[in-house]
Amino acid sequence: MMKRIRIENLTKYYGDNLVLDAIDLEVEEHEVVCLIGASGSGKSTLLRCVNKLVPYDHGRILLDDISIDDERFNTTELYKRVGIVFQAYNLFPHMNVLDNITLAPRRVHRTSRAESEARALELLDMFGMNGYAHSYPERLSGGQQQRVAIIRALATNPEVLMLDEVTAALDPELIGGVLKIIKDLKTQGMTMMIVTHEMGFARDVADRVCFLEGGRILEEGLPQKILAHPENPRTRQFLQRIIEAGRL
Amino acid sequence: MSSSPETRVPAPPARRTLSFRERYVPFLISFASVAVVFGLLARLVTSAQQWPRIKLQFFNADAIRASFPLVFRGFLTNMSVWVIALFAIAGWALMLAIFRSLSGPLLAPLKVFAILYIDLLRGIPSLLLVLLFGFGVPALQIPGLPRTGLFWGGVAMVLGYSAYAAEVYRSGMEAVHDGQRAAAKALGLSQWQTLRFAIVPQAVRNVLPALLNLAVALQKDVALLSVIGVRDAVREAQIYTARTFNYSSLIAAAMLFLAATIPMARFTDYVARKDQERRFQRTV
Ligand SMILES: Nc1ncnc2c1ncn2[C@@H]1O[C@H](COP(=O)(O)OP(=O)(O)OP(=O)(O)O)[C@@H](O)[C@H]1O
Ligand SMILES: [Mg+2]
Repeated sequence: MMKRIRIENLTKYYGDNLVLDAIDLEVEEHEVVCLIGASGSGKSTLLRCVNKLVPYDHGRILLDDISIDDERFNTTELYKRVGIVFQAYNLFPHMNVLDNITLAPRRVHRTSRAESEARALELLDMFGMNGYAHSYPERLSGGQQQRVAIIRALATNPEVLMLDEVTAALDPELIGGVLKIIKDLKTQGMTMMIVTHEMGFARDVADRVCFLEGGRILEEGLPQKILAHPENPRTRQFLQRIIEAGRL
Repeated sequence: MSSSPETRVPAPPARRTLSFRERYVPFLISFASVAVVFGLLARLVTSAQQWPRIKLQFFNADAIRASFPLVFRGFLTNMSVWVIALFAIAGWALMLAIFRSLSGPLLAPLKVFAILYIDLLRGIPSLLLVLLFGFGVPALQIPGLPRTGLFWGGVAMVLGYSAYAAEVYRSGMEAVHDGQRAAAKALGLSQWQTLRFAIVPQAVRNVLPALLNLAVALQKDVALLSVIGVRDAVREAQIYTARTFNYSSLIAAAMLFLAATIPMARFTDYVARKDQERRFQRTV
């Protein structure tokens, strides 16, 4: 079976700081992989490397068996196929919600305005955000901004979606809604890499969980196994802290 | 504790009203002190021995009236050059700033061009540029190009001011948060689309007050065209002065410039204040 994403020996430095240390990771088509780990362990950086937002130093990243450095990806092709939602939303402050969402469908994918807007409104409705289409991001709460950011990434129908702590800013009663949408995406066959601190969320949605520390994947496996019976003492320690913080 | 519906909520304390004294006395004091100081100054100036001569030479109502039509016509020339130059500068400077921000080996020549251009034209006095273009280019007699000093003087102003405005735009583009570029890139926008839809609109907003300040400076600097013989307000005033040995026409020109620049400066202040408020709201 073709690996949707294959990461081999991925190594990245920020200056002298080794942030990713020979990461090997494969993501099957339709698979949902959750990345967990302490702050600063390199989770966001890993996602950014896959999306070529930051350059890496060694190793390879293959998307459908083609290196992301292959010239077939040298235009915007990669971004059409891999979407990302950032930890800090990064909405465009000078555009209203609808324009934020329809920018890429219209300008990159050349979908008509009417069609893009219809899809945007449908997604806004799904995320409980109807009525906000014409609001500007600065008028929205953090949770609402994050939902718009998720919708913006979904609006282009990517094949792979990377989510970086998307539930961190959401009110507890909204997490369930987002979880459901991500599960729906999973049943529709969306391949996803999800960084999260919500272990319950990881257990529910992940096919596989990877524990990162110091830029290495220390342990990976089924969520039941990693979250309930971790083998690595570091994983155990991390989960212990999470339990103490009341997030499992 | 439970509060029954009957419990009277105490009325909020009434807004403090200012007494007559509190409200008007400070105002009256400042008004009086300003009146006294300026009154004394005026007295001092007008009682000076030379005042009648100064009045005759500089503030001669008849001379102002006589020179006004020509000076005013010249002033309209100044303002037309100003408005047209503003548009040209806004466009050309933005292009330079974009060239400067480009990355990639293929676009390097544009980037180098922009850097050299900005360094050179910011380093040459406007007056020199006006002389070079206003006298120099028409003297080349290149067929097909306009030969008027007005046109080439205007071109010189546009070229010079664009170098400053480009740097202003650039600072605005650099102030846009990195996350915005990342977001645009991650959505698949090309470098050009990222600039057009994400970076430039935010940059222009960021630097609008600074750009308006340049516009105010240019509003006065268009008078430099008088040195190459363009019959603007200053030139017309000088001609009148040379003929009558009375400087009131220059005062007339000065007043016309003031009538244009003061409102413009106030407008700039207003835009800057709005901008401050917007930033403040965002950070709170
Ligand atoms: N732009 C950057 N420049 C320099 N160092 C960086 C940069 N971005 C991240 N780092 C460093 O790389 C390391 C990994 O950062 P990263 O953001 O990937 O961590 P993370 O696992 O996502 O953490 P968190 O859970 O807090 O989001 C950190 O030590 C961080 O300081
Ligand atoms: Mg992170």
